[in-house]
Amino acid sequence: MRTILAFLRNTWRGLTAMRTALTLLFLLALGAMPGALLPQRSLNSFKVDEYIAEHGWWGRLLDELQFFDVYASFWFSAIYVLLFVSLVGCLLPRTWEYFKQMRAKPVLTPRNLARMPHHASADTTSSPQAVIEHAERRLKGWRTVTRDEPDGSRTISAERGFLRETGNLVFHFSLLGLLVAFALGKMFGYEGQVIVQANGGQFCNSGVYNYDTFRPGLRVDGTQLNQFCVKVDDFDATFLHNGQAESFHAAIQYQSGADLETGTWRPYPLEVNSPLRTAGDRLYLLGHGYTPLFTVTFPNGDTRTGATQWRPVDQVTLASEGATKFDPPNVPDAEQRRKSQLAITGLLAPTAAFQGELLDSAFPAANDPAVAIDVYRGDLGTDSGRGQSIFSIDEKMVRDGKLTKVARQNLKQGEQLTLDDGTVIRFDGVRDWVSLQVSHDPTQVWVLVFSVLVILGLAVSLSIKRRRVWVRAAPQEDGRTVVEVGGLARTDQAGYGEEFTSLSRDLLAYEKES
Amino acid sequence: MPVNATLATYSDWTYGAAVAIYFFAAVLYLCEAAFARPEKAKERELVAAGGAQADGTWTPGLVVKPELSRVERLGRMGLALNVLGAGLHLASLVLRGFATERAPWGNMYEYGSLLTLAGVVTWLVLVRKFPVRRLGGFVLVPIVILMFLGGTVLYADAAPVTPPLQSYWLVVHVSVISISSGVLLVPGVASVMYLLKSSGRARFRKLPEADVLDRLAYRSTVFAFPLFTIGIICGAIWAESAWGRFWGWDPKETVAFVSWVVYAGYLHARATAGWRGRPAAWINSFAFALTVFNLFFINLVTTGLHSYAGVG
Ligand code: HEM
Repeated sequence: MRTILAFLRNTWRGLTAMRTALTLLFLLALGAMPGALLPQRSLNSFKVDEYIAEHGWWGRLLDELQFFDVYASFWFSAIYVLLFVSLVGCLLPRTWEYFKQMRAKPVLTPRNLARMPHHASADTTSSPQAVIEHAERRLKGWRTVTRDEPDGSRTISAERGFLRETGNLVFHFSLLGLLVAFALGKMFGYEGQVIVQANGGQFCNSGVYNYDTFRPGLRVDGTQLNQFCVKVDDFDATFLHNGQAESFHAAIQYQSGADLETGTWRPYPLEVNSPLRTAGDRLYLLGHGYTPLFTVTFPNGDTRTGATQWRPVDQVTLASEGATKFDPPNVPDAEQRRKSQLAITGLLAPTAAFQGELLDSAFPAANDPAVAIDVYRGDLGTDSGRGQSIFSIDEKMVRDGKLTKVARQNLKQGEQLTLDDGTVIRFDGVRDWVSLQVSHDPTQVWVLVFSVLVILGLAVSLSIKRRRVWVRAAPQEDGRTVVEVGGLARTDQAGYGEEFTSLSRDLLAYEKES
Repeated sequence: MPVNATLATYSDWTYGAAVAIYFFAAVLYLCEAAFARPEKAKERELVAAGGAQADGTWTPGLVVKPELSRVERLGRMGLALNVLGAGLHLASLVLRGFATERAPWGNMYEYGSLLTLAGVVTWLVLVRKFPVRRLGGFVLVPIVILMFLGGTVLYADAAPVTPPLQSYWLVVHVSVISISSGVLLVPGVASVMYLLKSSGRARFRKLPEADVLDRLAYRSTVFAFPLFTIGIICGAIWAESAWGRFWGWDPKETVAFVSWVVYAGYLHARATAGWRGRPAAWINSFAFALTVFNLFFINLVTTGLHSYAGVG
């Protein structure tokens, strides 16, 4: 029992030593670094898979050790939990000490002031009494104590810069507060992304299934999201002639709270840098792209239109890729239907630039849209049970021969092609889509409050110096008085010299005044 | 938003002139450092001439102006050129601001220009307070290199910025963070020089006194560190409205966090027995290396949300 206690006590002592805190601080820095150098799942899981595939056993080992989820890894958490404990351990005794010192008087004047890092002396005909009174006036704003010594000397001990310690404690406690607020925000927050067509498309934050991707905090199960709906009426982008974007603007309407009951929609101009804040959530405009519009006329005369978003593959020209999929009309038999599904895939260029037959995009705005498409017919695998991407066809179906390419052609807006069975596919143009993000973080205000306190504490504790100055006026046998001034900076000597010089000059210059 | 091409051209010229002048200033500084007598002897001489005694007692007396040696004159000329260069450098930045009608730090070239200007100004302020003029060459050489790379490899034509950057936070975040990074360049150099000087090799005898270097490094870091903190927090506030979250471990955010932690470590090390002196100087040098790494590696090699550099 006793050994256990001793062990615990030693661990605590070791953990709360300044040296340990410093070491942990550096470990934290070291531990954060791989997150900047290796791809991270939280930012781009696609790149992580690519990296692992490229690096074989090494990639798998890194994955095993959570190097692709650094900030959620057990070792990163371990470092910051330890640092947290160490910080608390450093702070508690310091706070105790702080309150004790707040009431303590400045310390006795040392015997030998000449041994202080800063020292000056002079002698005068004034009495010790007068010298010290003069010093008291000069030391206004300092905490001072005047004492008489047995040999008849009179001394004054003065101290200044106690605020430094206050700032220091504010800084460290705010850092703790920041860590806690951050962690709580991660637990109770969520983030979801969704693509919405910009011709009146709607989205409601009513359930996880409405999102394309959803990332909940540990304590979020997705059943109690803040209720609100948005409708995207229009999207507008302008570009400079070199293709650089100049502005993005989505005209949306939203409803939340009581508006949901009354059905009132309120307009909001959604832009980058100006999210919609409603119902405790934030809605962001993250990106945009194009949806090609295809009309398919089947041999029996039925028509279907397809409007599926394609995704930009070139961020500058917005050349996009995707797959628009169709079920044949009036085919109730699943087996039969699976033989005649259609998919249109390929490249979409908002401003077409043909090099011979090769299509590329010259500009990000939809000035002259064209597509270079492959048309597939057969079984798309939509009910195969495997996850399907909306941006591509299932390559396995192609490999298995269940899905075959039946046409390949370039189409400009309004052009059409005819398949071997008489089906006609027309390219009608493009429409904008926007990708929206909903974020919820209940503690971010606290993070901000603590950050501001961190800065204030830091500024105070770094700009104020704790320093002491002592004056001793010792009467001499010949009736004169020897005045000595000594100074000591508690924390860092740098910069105290100048203040001390001017201070001691004033303290020793009493004769002129009196 | 049209760009005023004439002003943009003048801005480029003044930038080029500033680099050239810094280069000559660096040469003069280095000559002074190379031909001067070792620091020890000289300092004693100066102290004796001044009013305050080394032991801190103050005795009024005549201040004797020492005769300027030829070597000293080189250093003073270097300093004068240095000031002239800084004027041109400032002019180039201001001209670019007027040419583009926005804050002139929207891409990596402009950002580097602001950073180096902050470094130069910090140096000019410190050289008045500390007896370190012969360090000038070592401060200006990295600045000339950074500016040269900025003006060639990273150069970007004057142009408006993309929608995410059209925010007043660009003015605040980027200026604060680049000014603080620029200020940190000086203590970075000072700490490296401290390490050389305190290695005790005769070759580094002529560098300024180790404790002067240490004090200079500490005081400028103490000034820049809160600034750097403010810059990061402004970035986080901006990120909350631009990227959908205030912190997301984007590569640049991560490295900013890491260098913040290392600078905090430096400040603590300097107050911890057994870590003062050389260990602290190592930490400070390393922290500055990280800042440069953040500027180049993260902008040019990895891809993150901070890809506004206008390169690649
Ligand atoms: C938590 C959030 C952020 C942090 C920690 C952060 C940190 C930094 C740092 C350390 C630098 C200078 C890096 C260097 O030495 O190269 C920097 C530069 C810059 N930041 Fe941020 N930043 C944040 C958010 C943002 C946001 C939201 C934007 C704009 C939408 C932004 C735009 C820029 C720009 C334009 C530069 C200068 C050019 C460059 O280096 O590419 N930052 N940021």
